Amino acid sequence: MSVAQLVKSFTLWEFVKAHALTLKYFFKPKVTINYPFEKNPISPRFRGEHALRRYPNGEERCIACKLCEAVCPAQAITIESEPRADGSRRTTRYDIDMTKCIYCGFCQEACPVDAIVEGPNFEFSTETREELLYDKAKLLANGDKWERALAANLEADAPYR
Amino acid sequence: MTAFFQSLGMSYEWAWFVATVAGILLIALPLMLAVAMIIYVDRKVWAAMALRRGPNVVGPFGLMQSFADGLKVFLQETIIPSASNKGLFLIGPIVTFTVALLAWAVIPFGPEAVLADINIGLLYVLAISSLGVYGVVIAGWASNSKYPFFSAMRAAAQMISYEVSIGFILVCVILYAGTSNLNDIIEAQRGHGFGLVNGFFFNLLLFPIWIMFLISSLAETARAPFDLTEAESELVAGYQTEYSSMSFALFWLGEYANVLLMCALNAILFFGGWLPPLNVDLIPWFDIPGWIWLFAKIFLFFFIFSWVKATVPRFRYDQLMRLGWKVFLPLSLLFVVLVSGWLMFTRYGVAA
Repeated sequence: MSVAQLVKSFTLWEFVKAHALTLKYFFKPKVTINYPFEKNPISPRFRGEHALRRYPNGEERCIACKLCEAVCPAQAITIESEPRADGSRRTTRYDIDMTKCIYCGFCQEACPVDAIVEGPNFEFSTETREELLYDKAKLLANGDKWERALAANLEADAPYR
Repeated sequence: MTAFFQSLGMSYEWAWFVATVAGILLIALPLMLAVAMIIYVDRKVWAAMALRRGPNVVGPFGLMQSFADGLKVFLQETIIPSASNKGLFLIGPIVTFTVALLAWAVIPFGPEAVLADINIGLLYVLAISSLGVYGVVIAGWASNSKYPFFSAMRAAAQMISYEVSIGFILVCVILYAGTSNLNDIIEAQRGHGFGLVNGFFFNLLLFPIWIMFLISSLAETARAPFDLTEAESELVAGYQTEYSSMSFALFWLGEYANVLLMCALNAILFFGGWLPPLNVDLIPWFDIPGWIWLFAKIFLFFFIFSWVKATVPRFRYDQLMRLGWKVFLPLSLLFVVLVSGWLMFTRYGVAA
């Protein structure tokens, strides 16, 4: 051990330096987001909670083509359909098992009419498992609730598609 | 205080009894409060150095966080593993907690404010803090589980190793002060540095000893770089693994009470305890009550403890043992020789 090393080790030089560094960080502004009160900005492509959208006149967009059901890698989507009284084909059942869903976004990629989309909402935790088995009513309600944000996100992302 | 209760018309025996009980409560209850707040401070300091905010939701600035945690722990179920030794399993945390409180009996908060002003104060502290390891060993053994047992053995070896060097370090202080009464040790530090600075740290011979004492007290209380007894990557949670609810909380409180005790000892032995830092009447310097100075110093040392925790990574066990036996023990022995030699030459004249 050289003299310099000895002096360094007996004066705990490295510890002193390390503590100076941590003290510097002690006074730095903190990076934590105060979560429930502050939120990070999220991309228009953010894949959060699902929603079924409607046309502006209130007609539901989904035409029961079942592309989303077919593409879903987790097989979380279940669709049943029947012709409606006016002859147009609509779903009678559109269920998403949110506990199976992996939020890959393939359903919204596959959808030819922009009916099923993943919205910006990620705060949909529930107290029971059953509440996460979404049915058509819930998904349509989500669509109504988030329509403005969904439309804005789709528009923002449109130039890249 | 005895005199005060006597003036209320009690007999001396009763007055003494009531005064002592009142004194115990006066120390123990604020200590519990201090422990709650110091856990909060610990988390805040650690968070700040990691660029986080730390607890800031419960109460103003998150100040009530410890109480919320305490309440949560209190409402949980006490789980006693069926294979454990039930009696010892419950005694473990009680011993840890009781012993952590016991040592505070001799800590002086002011010239008169000390529960037991005994002449062997420092020896008493040493003896009591050595007892602390029993709680850990009993808990680790009674859990009848591998990791707690490993942790208990580690704790025993660690505490005993550092006790040795702490013993020699305390001998140096006792030699310099010429007494082991904590109040007299503090008095001996008045104007120790050029009649200006109160505290033994302002002394080339005792400053390195203080550094050793600081590091040893980290090891003694199993704080951050030496927290091998609860190294979560190796031992889950160490000897507390099988504990829940209040028995877990007792360990927690005992641990932090011990940390505070070590901070207080740092302040008392090397930084002049309840004396103001400088022996000059700058502002109404001497009018500030002693306990405020002591608390400020304890807080300062606790900040250093948290600071170290936020900075230094955990030691390996063999490094810990090497530091204890191969570095601190010889060094502290050397310093006992140096200090006693220096005192022989300067204070008592060359041995004729």
